[in-house]
Amino acid sequence: MNTSLSWIRAYVPDLNVSAQEFTDAMTLSGSKVEGFTKLDEDLEHIIIGQIEKIERHPDADKLIVCQVKIGEQQTIQIVTGAPNVKEGDKVPVVVDGGRVAGGHDGKLTPGGIRIKKGKLRGIESNGMMCSIEELGSSREMYPEAPELGIYIFPEDAVIGADAIEALGLRDVVFEFEITSNRVDCYSVLGLAREAAATFKKEFKAPVVEVKGSGGDVNDYIKVEVKDTELCPRYCARVVKNIRLAPSPEWMQRRLASVGIRPINNVVDITNYVMEEYGQPMHAYDLDTIAGKQIIVRRAAQDEKFVTLDGQERTLDDSVLMICDGEKAVGMAGIMGGENSMITEDVHTMLFEAACFDGTNIRLSSKKVGLRTEASGKFEKGLDPNNAEAAINRACQLIEELGAGEVVDGMVDVCAGIKEPVRIPFEPERINGLLGTELDQEQMLSYFGPLEIRYEESTKELTIPSFRQDLRCMADIAEEVARFYGYDNIPTTLPKGEATTGKLPFYLRVEQTARDMAEFCGFSQGMTYSFESPKVFDRLLLPPDAKERKAVVISNPLGEDFSIMRTISLNGMLTSLSTNYNRRNKNVRLYELGNIYLPKSLPLQELPDERMQFTLGMYGDGDFFTMKGVVEEFLDRLGMNKKETYDPKSGKPFLHPGRQAAILYDGTQIGYMGEVHPTVAVSYGIGDRAYVAVLDMPSIVERATFDRKYEGIARFPAVTRDISMVVPKDVMVGQIEEIIAVRGGKILESYELFDVYEGAQIQEGYKSVAYSIVFRAKDKTLEEAEITTVMKKILNGLQSLGAELRQ
Amino acid sequence: MKERLQKIKEEALARIKASQNPEALNDVRVSVLGKKGELTALLKSMKEVAPEERPAFGQLVNDTRAEIERVMEEAKKQMEQILLEMKLKTEVIDVTLPAKKNAIGHRHPNTIALEEVERIFIGMGYEVMEGPEVEYDLYNFEKLNIPANHPAKDEQDTFYINKEIVLRTQTSPVQARAMEKGKLPIRMISPGRVFRSDEVDATHSPSFHQIEGMVIDKNITFADLKGTLEEFARELFGAETKTKFRPHHFPFTEPSAEVDVSCFKCGGKGCRFCKGSGWIEILGCGMVHPHVLEMCGIDPKEYTGFAFGVGLERIALLKYEIDDMRLLYENDIRFLRQF
Repeated sequence: MNTSLSWIRAYVPDLNVSAQEFTDAMTLSGSKVEGFTKLDEDLEHIIIGQIEKIERHPDADKLIVCQVKIGEQQTIQIVTGAPNVKEGDKVPVVVDGGRVAGGHDGKLTPGGIRIKKGKLRGIESNGMMCSIEELGSSREMYPEAPELGIYIFPEDAVIGADAIEALGLRDVVFEFEITSNRVDCYSVLGLAREAAATFKKEFKAPVVEVKGSGGDVNDYIKVEVKDTELCPRYCARVVKNIRLAPSPEWMQRRLASVGIRPINNVVDITNYVMEEYGQPMHAYDLDTIAGKQIIVRRAAQDEKFVTLDGQERTLDDSVLMICDGEKAVGMAGIMGGENSMITEDVHTMLFEAACFDGTNIRLSSKKVGLRTEASGKFEKGLDPNNAEAAINRACQLIEELGAGEVVDGMVDVCAGIKEPVRIPFEPERINGLLGTELDQEQMLSYFGPLEIRYEESTKELTIPSFRQDLRCMADIAEEVARFYGYDNIPTTLPKGEATTGKLPFYLRVEQTARDMAEFCGFSQGMTYSFESPKVFDRLLLPPDAKERKAVVISNPLGEDFSIMRTISLNGMLTSLSTNYNRRNKNVRLYELGNIYLPKSLPLQELPDERMQFTLGMYGDGDFFTMKGVVEEFLDRLGMNKKETYDPKSGKPFLHPGRQAAILYDGTQIGYMGEVHPTVAVSYGIGDRAYVAVLDMPSIVERATFDRKYEGIARFPAVTRDISMVVPKDVMVGQIEEIIAVRGGKILESYELFDVYEGAQIQEGYKSVAYSIVFRAKDKTLEEAEITTVMKKILNGLQSLGAELRQ
Repeated sequence: MKERLQKIKEEALARIKASQNPEALNDVRVSVLGKKGELTALLKSMKEVAPEERPAFGQLVNDTRAEIERVMEEAKKQMEQILLEMKLKTEVIDVTLPAKKNAIGHRHPNTIALEEVERIFIGMGYEVMEGPEVEYDLYNFEKLNIPANHPAKDEQDTFYINKEIVLRTQTSPVQARAMEKGKLPIRMISPGRVFRSDEVDATHSPSFHQIEGMVIDKNITFADLKGTLEEFARELFGAETKTKFRPHHFPFTEPSAEVDVSCFKCGGKGCRFCKGSGWIEILGCGMVHPHVLEMCGIDPKEYTGFAFGVGLERIALLKYEIDDMRLLYENDIRFLRQF
């Protein structure tokens, strides 16, 4: 919403503030000013002059030499190439040292262009006559300006007067950001009312009075509203003997200041009232209205209609239409029809000011794909009282501008004006909510300028109909706060029962995941939760894979963002690929993010959101590096039992011989492996890449931060090294399981120190060597005890086909 | 005898002086002071001394021994000192050679900002709570005073799964769920991922993060809200930070405000960073709307509360001067390593 300071001052005449003061104060009272433009920012020393004499330039065919009178006693010589001036013309003159906003081609120069006296082809020139473009505006906004050349003032312009002022450019235009609840502030009057309350000045609304020219509107038009839900009020008035003409300068200037192009008096009046009251209106040529009746009804399914921009629109039965006895003449609140629009030869005009259901207008305008100035206002939900006020204001302006004769009376089809809202006035509760100690009188002093009335006998506040946002005590408290000043409200901290600040356990586990990943050199990445269904093919998942059952977004930003991920790898592989393509070496990344597993499809209840701790890397390191990270992490979470790894994890996107399901205490808590070469190629990763995915809910269940001191061993340890040859397909995990189980209580630790295949070892076999450490807590172990345990272990190993090497 | 003693002493001191290394010194010790050394031999020949002179001579021998030992000890110390100095000299390194660093990973700037905010509020007694990212329309909108057909629910802003289920557009539904549980008082913050239907560009992302906070208790006031957020801003942006509360509108709160903080780059004088205004818009807040309290089963006559929300990416972009939001989701290691 844009409004000029001069327009606001039309209703708050005592308002005398700078643009910055206005911006700051209005923003703090709730009408946020996004910014302002001073129309005369780059204009300086420009006065009205009159050309007294024109002579040809002796040395240039296209130049003329003008003697321009710029004051009682002062005439200056100006050389110009402008083709349109003649002796006696009154023109804007920028004198030596002044500034203009831009060139005559309409291009603006920030900071303006300074004009200095000089010589043009040898003849002295002491200033410049200006075109409207050089003054920073355009012919669109100043339709009287000539197409090429110097702007010419009307004959009654005063020589020597300020030309900037005369053109209405001594003004500031503010750009407001109005919140959606303040429908009333999408109008100059609404903002002026706020300004008056903010600066504690008197607000003078226009006094609306229509003289009328006799007759009875009911003889001209009948109105029937078939859907009062969608159209709670429809006001119509008739103007006859229309005389189309340009609107007066003051109206043109105000419209131009907010960027509305002046057209003619009738169009300008509807635009003017729309800005002033925030009420869009429509004018029909009454002679095109068949049966002299207006019917407001829903469109038929697939009804076609040509709007006044010449476009054919296809409608459905949710769109509200304005119709005459035979046909549709307008799409309610959005745009009128070509068939009923005002043309040059209009005689009698029908003015419409209505109130339509905001939501319906918004949905219709979206459906039809046509958003207009009018629909933008209607969709906010207008005050039905405003329609009557605005149509009368428009008729008043018709009379004042001599644009026609207003027929007496108004057709008013109204579903019933609602009783004004009343809210109990509770100063203590307001103070209680705000933390202030204001007295009743002070609060009431803020309400007057807002037209909120206080009834002493009932202790109630009556809310004006244009304030649809005021419905309860908290709303009233905000009005008090706004005008007392948010700045003046004290600052305290909440008192009352103390609460403990805390991070839930599972978030502490996530924090540990971040710490451990980073200790191990992994940096944190973040990727989107939605992705393309093509991901499943890329990860080589079979058609019946459970991962393919995903939550689908009904209105995605394209297919690439259309399903909620059921597997966290795509984001990781994409990030690794980005790094690989940018030639980053040794990349290690991790991510903590949810996957979304639907319980059933289509979705009936919320999906299971499972946090996944995903690690990915390429460059230095291998499968076992990744395995180390996983185990460090689990150790840190007090998960001290031995993890086991099942090579048959069945992940098609991992290398078939280099993948494992990670099991803890018999339950799968994740998987890891080398990325399948085919998958790596399809992601464009030209190196071996390793990933691990840990399912955080499974881990949180088993994690603990409790620790117990177990004492430092006081008795000596005994180490035994064994070396064996086993069939190649025996995994060390199997050997370790035997050592762990059979080692019993005195087994302290064991460590693999050699695995070897090749020379000296029989084909199909490998050599494995372990160092096993025994220790008792309470005594020095005796040789016999160790021998017994070692025998047990060796027996067990023989069952795997192991042969001890001496 | 005395002459012999004198001679032994002189010779010994001369040899000590001439010793170049601890071994030579030790040779002197053995040959003079050792069991078979000259001084021991001299003592053994005590019988040649007249009996009445023996005590004085014995004393003399012992003094000589002590003297030699003292000088020898001194020489040894000196020698060790020289050796140490030589060793230290040879061990000089170039301290400007590159460091050997452990390749520690880096935290995402969003998380750094999040942990900072969490730290501040946990310190003030707030509990961190999370909720579902795929959420019922009921919690994301209805219970927050955003009824059906509200413009905020438009498809252009919200991702829908179906009529009842959406990708949450804010983390406020976590607050509605907390209120519904009915355990009062509440002091909570709810950080998390939210979704809006915005095309990806330098300042927009269809997926981003919010932190919302809420306090519900008896006698909670707008003044408390101001005090809390002032404290927060000072903790996050520095002790000199000022805050400005401007009236605003959110369906969930009434009265509502937007909060600006004084620009932490220029201290409020106005710079390129704050577009010359000296202020940076940072969060939205207000007193929880009585209707919202009612819908969540809390009596607004007995309890009041405040709520606020801030964009995590907004804080991260501002604090770390990141000029393009897309960088946050590309995961280029050269970007991440800067945090």
